[in-house]
Amino acid sequence: MNVLIIENISKEYRQIKAVDNVSLTLKAGERLALLGHNGAGKTSLIKIILGLVAPTSGTIRVLGKKPGAKKARLYSGYLPENVAFHGSLSAREQMHYFASLKSVDKREADKILERVGLAKAMDRRIGTYSKGMRQRVGLAQALLGKPKLILLDEPTSGLDPISRHDFYDIIGELANNGTAVLISSHALTEMETKMDKIAIMAKGKLVANDSLENLRKKANLPIKINILANEKSVKEVAGFLNAKQVNGHRVELFCQKKDKIKTLGKISKMSGKISDIDISAASLEELYRFFSTPIEKQIKPDNREQNNV
Amino acid sequence: MFEIAKLELLIAFRNLWVAIAVILMALFTVVLTIAGSAPTGELNIDPIIVATSSITTLSVYFVPLLALLLSFDAIAGEAERGTLALSLTYPLSRAGILFGKFLAQIILLSLAIGFSLFLTALIVFFLNIGQEINYFLLLRLFFSAILLGASFLGLGYMVSALVRQPGVAAGLAITIWLIFVVLYDIGLLGALVADRGGFFTQNIFPLLLVANPADAFRIVSLPDIASGFGSDISAADGGINNIWAFISLFLWPFFSLGLAWLVFRRIEP
Repeated sequence: MNVLIIENISKEYRQIKAVDNVSLTLKAGERLALLGHNGAGKTSLIKIILGLVAPTSGTIRVLGKKPGAKKARLYSGYLPENVAFHGSLSAREQMHYFASLKSVDKREADKILERVGLAKAMDRRIGTYSKGMRQRVGLAQALLGKPKLILLDEPTSGLDPISRHDFYDIIGELANNGTAVLISSHALTEMETKMDKIAIMAKGKLVANDSLENLRKKANLPIKINILANEKSVKEVAGFLNAKQVNGHRVELFCQKKDKIKTLGKISKMSGKISDIDISAASLEELYRFFSTPIEKQIKPDNREQNNV
Repeated sequence: MFEIAKLELLIAFRNLWVAIAVILMALFTVVLTIAGSAPTGELNIDPIIVATSSITTLSVYFVPLLALLLSFDAIAGEAERGTLALSLTYPLSRAGILFGKFLAQIILLSLAIGFSLFLTALIVFFLNIGQEINYFLLLRLFFSAILLGASFLGLGYMVSALVRQPGVAAGLAITIWLIFVVLYDIGLLGALVADRGGFFTQNIFPLLLVANPADAFRIVSLPDIASGFGSDISAADGGINNIWAFISLFLWPFFSLGLAWLVFRRIEP
């Protein structure tokens, strides 16, 4: 079931196209990472989905309703990029307030606070919280009322690594229970393994929207192979493979996916002279750079130059 | 709506600033009451008239100030903290948000005004045991002060929604206070002096006077015997001015809250 359907949405502010003809859908249980530079239009798109900002053109359906409709609001959770709750309230008071707006039981609100790791701190005033704890309050309110769609704008900024781990655990649970999750972020390495689909925005346009695997296929970036030799053999290995010698004991080469096995076969002929190899497909960061660069300027990233084997 | 009011009151009761404002208002009122009650015995007039007159004059300045200081941050503050966008994604209408905040702050204002006037009534009673006292004047002052406060709460929300930056909103709120409470009267006085009792004084001035909620409040609340800027002028057409002043004061909260809503509903956070 499609929880979110976006068709040809555009938003213009005077001369600037903040969102330019974006279409995408999100199914129940799907986790989508929305990536892009600052000002790429991510936050604008999220605000349009929430009904906070009216699009200039295009249609959107959230749970089959217009954005901002009562049902859409009841079953959407949102964590804004920068949110500071009133310091003189405790997390429990703040959550009970939000719970009452969504007609959620107060015990449910307390349970969510426990789930995000605020069991001991929930009666303290938010003014005394660390940045990570405040962010947890923000996440907790977004989880109220068993949302079917949850939109998180830069949710992990300010979280320490363990908190981030907990955070993605919670997101995983949500998705397993059928909640569609949209996360906008800069933290590319985190997203690589945690999300089902990657969408990339550049200058308001949606330049990519697919699974990581399919994005790799589309970008067709070469695979990087790192070979560890020793001081004596490194020159010979580099010469034989026609590859670049990085330093006194390491050789680096690139090949297309279709040539991977052939290349590995060739490398294996040097088996006596090398101690280790490491193969890496294009990382999300490289894919991100590839897709968010305009086509006319698009060059394969420097460290992925094509070498003929 | 009531949830918002509840939350706002919770925050306000923990806010030192609100407590200071309430205490300050009570203190001023008590001082005015005690200071005013000294000569009344000799003049043989109802001591409550003196008290009401002084408190009305104080309230014209203090109640709008208190209302604006309470309200300027209502929307701008939330916009800055990022909670406005969040609140608007909850199943809650914008009118509901505005009215919830209004409800909380008008309760606060009523408590502040009510507490001060209650102290006044107590003091006047104990200083003048046995004398007949017209408590209706205090009651009238209480309700008209609440209407005055409500008018300026609405203006505060309007400013707050218009600029969405607490600093700028605060500046504008003070400007509004200056215009309505100080400059407006000075302007009218200047025009009166220049006109020398001509067409303006006879026909336009009374309208302009009651159009300002602060002046309307003064006309409604000041006891008839007491002299003051408003009642001096209203002597010309007597009670008619009084009724118009009351109507103006009654309509102002609706007008200013309506303006605030018109601005607030257009916001794209």
